[in-house]
Amino acid sequence: MSDRVTVAKTYKLYIGGAFPRSESGRVYPVADSRGGFLANAAQASRKDAREAVAAARKAFPGWSGATAYNRGQVLYRVAELLEGRRAQFVHEVTASEGVKRAEAIVDAAIDRWVWYAGWTDKLAAVLGSSNPVAGPYFSFSTPEPTGVVAVLAPQHSSLLGLVSVLAPVIAAGNTCVVVSSQDRPLPAITLSEVLATSDVPGGVVNVLTGRTAELAPWLAAHADVNALDLTGAPDSTRTELEKAAAGTVKRVLRAPRTEPDWTREPDMARMRAVLETKTVWHPMGV
Amino acid sequence: MTMGPENWHYAPAPESRDIANLKANYQMFVDGKFVDGAGEPLKTVNPATEEVLAEVSTASAADVDNAVKVARRAHDKVWGRMPGSERAKYLFRIARLVQERSRELAVLESLDNGKPIKESRDVDVPTAAAHFFYHAGWADKLGYAGFGPSPRSLGVAGQVIPWNFPLLMAAWKIAPALACGNTVVLKPAETTPLTALVLGEICQQAELPPGVVNILPGAGDVGSELVNHAGVDKVAFTGSTEVGKLIQRSLAGSGKKLTLELGGKAANIVFDDAPLDQAVEGIVNGIFFNQGHVCCAGSRLLVQESVAEELLEKLRQRVSTLRLGDPLDKNTDVGAINSKAQLDRIRELTESGDAEGADRWTSPCPVPDKGFFFAPTVFSGVQQSMRIAREEIFGPVLSVLTFRTPEEAVAKANNTPYGLSAGIWTEKGSRILWAAQRMRAGVVWSNTFNRFDPTAPFGGYQESGFGREGGRAGLEAYLDV
Repeated sequence: MSDRVTVAKTYKLYIGGAFPRSESGRVYPVADSRGGFLANAAQASRKDAREAVAAARKAFPGWSGATAYNRGQVLYRVAELLEGRRAQFVHEVTASEGVKRAEAIVDAAIDRWVWYAGWTDKLAAVLGSSNPVAGPYFSFSTPEPTGVVAVLAPQHSSLLGLVSVLAPVIAAGNTCVVVSSQDRPLPAITLSEVLATSDVPGGVVNVLTGRTAELAPWLAAHADVNALDLTGAPDSTRTELEKAAAGTVKRVLRAPRTEPDWTREPDMARMRAVLETKTVWHPMGV
Repeated sequence: MTMGPENWHYAPAPESRDIANLKANYQMFVDGKFVDGAGEPLKTVNPATEEVLAEVSTASAADVDNAVKVARRAHDKVWGRMPGSERAKYLFRIARLVQERSRELAVLESLDNGKPIKESRDVDVPTAAAHFFYHAGWADKLGYAGFGPSPRSLGVAGQVIPWNFPLLMAAWKIAPALACGNTVVLKPAETTPLTALVLGEICQQAELPPGVVNILPGAGDVGSELVNHAGVDKVAFTGSTEVGKLIQRSLAGSGKKLTLELGGKAANIVFDDAPLDQAVEGIVNGIFFNQGHVCCAGSRLLVQESVAEELLEKLRQRVSTLRLGDPLDKNTDVGAINSKAQLDRIRELTESGDAEGADRWTSPCPVPDKGFFFAPTVFSGVQQSMRIAREEIFGPVLSVLTFRTPEEAVAKANNTPYGLSAGIWTEKGSRILWAAQRMRAGVVWSNTFNRFDPTAPFGGYQESGFGREGGRAGLEAYLDV
């Protein structure tokens, strides 16, 4: 035991590339798996959620317009920096989730970024098409990001689950507002520090900590949000959130009642859910 | 008297109404049989004459329940288990039968809907056949569609379709559903049930197993019963954004898979270097095709300021030559508005255009004194805040706005909660691709407009709905993936 007093971190929100406190001034105590005090997390408000949506919207043209090669490199950079902070994340996941094999979880989270990094420049080839229309036209279809996605992150798997729902959204070229696990928010904020230093442009990912049930309705009803991932939504709120999402015809990614096994290799479903198909026609002739 | 084109007259060239084999009464199609429904029968009207064409029986709540059960049984016992290669042959048969009966279907469609015979004959019916033909080929190749090695069907699809392309929308809905192994309960629109019921007869002639396709005429209440029925696994709706939102809301928490193809307010952008004569043809096609009853109609014309005057002059001249009238006449360009209700809506919205200060120009074409008709109309001097620039009119009414820079054109085009389609007119290839990439819309037509093909995915961004119809992408809506 060293005599030195450690420097504790103040956990804040991540909005538009900056780390503000909640405008509400609220915080809530975060406990470890045995009930001990870990830190205070910012308890985001409706106004914070709106600020986050505005930041995500502002970042959308740049991120969706970036080349797939560029997006892939940025996502790979996230994996690189995560690897460098592996020990820190092992510590945080252990504290948050009380799991014994946190190393394996952090490794899987790092590898997940690598998996999605490799998708950015394959999506158009795999999901797009040249359409053999019955006429003198060239017609092609290409996947495009749907826009701003509100992601309610898994409540249990605070890092691997979070990465598994976040990476596909931005790999596909969307920007997002993530509401972290309510009771295990710290890995999400630490991940934000990784994102902030990995060339992910500010505003592409915005992270809110706080009460999921308080924040989710505002995001579900927000007219500038294009899609809603219900993964971490409390069971009792899902139907109401889906109803609110209908007000602006949002794409809704429903979730199973229990969290899936996040260690399983993902498929394309999460990316497909946040991609549109655009079909372009042009006549052929001399 | 000179013999210039101004003195040429078209002799009437009507298609014979007898070809439609119109019957006095039509019944619902359930479990392979035509039966009377317990709902209040509806009378379907020829919108060009306001005469009653036929009486059509409609479904009650109990009929919907029965049809869903029948479809469930057909899915679980027959269709869902049938090898894809066998399902394919039924779909090919249906495609062929639609082709064989195409003239009858075209005339019946024009009678019931009011659209010009040249459109039902050359677009609606052939494209409907093409959709069955295209999807037939998928039925035994779904493992190649990119959704895993053997994607499964969902079960029973409840489908609700609009009145603007009655047969074609039925084909868009039924063909992919059946190819993917689902069975169907389809509700055609209240004002246009007839061709869908003939499609039921075609299913009989194709010896499609009973219960695989069921067709229940009726109004919105029948559609609501259908989409909310607990036995339905998948809901597909084409229609207004307003009703689409209601359906999405009512399905919340149900776990049913949903696809929506809703309204639009498409921008048709004409840059100063566009081939103007070609653009005029495209603009006319974009807004006056099918009387403008098209969700992807090019209803907002955005013209670069430097060519606006010249283009508008050419456009008015061209629109003046459109022939409005008898839908069965082969020379007719613009037919009848589908219903009195729709005509009232068009009038109301165009009056708002006057009230808000836009300049109305109406084609001087003669308008029949019977039937529901609305002369082609062009509003210029339109501002983005006006209702005629924001709301879907769903009629032969074009709103013209101007822009100065390409960036302004893109910003104005995307300034809408909709996002179904867009048009781009320019001779510059790089500008087409630049603008196409920036359109927040599911279909972008460049130097053309209103092209449809079963191989080309169709569907909207934002409040124009979600999910695609056609192409490989369209299969996802009907697979458990």
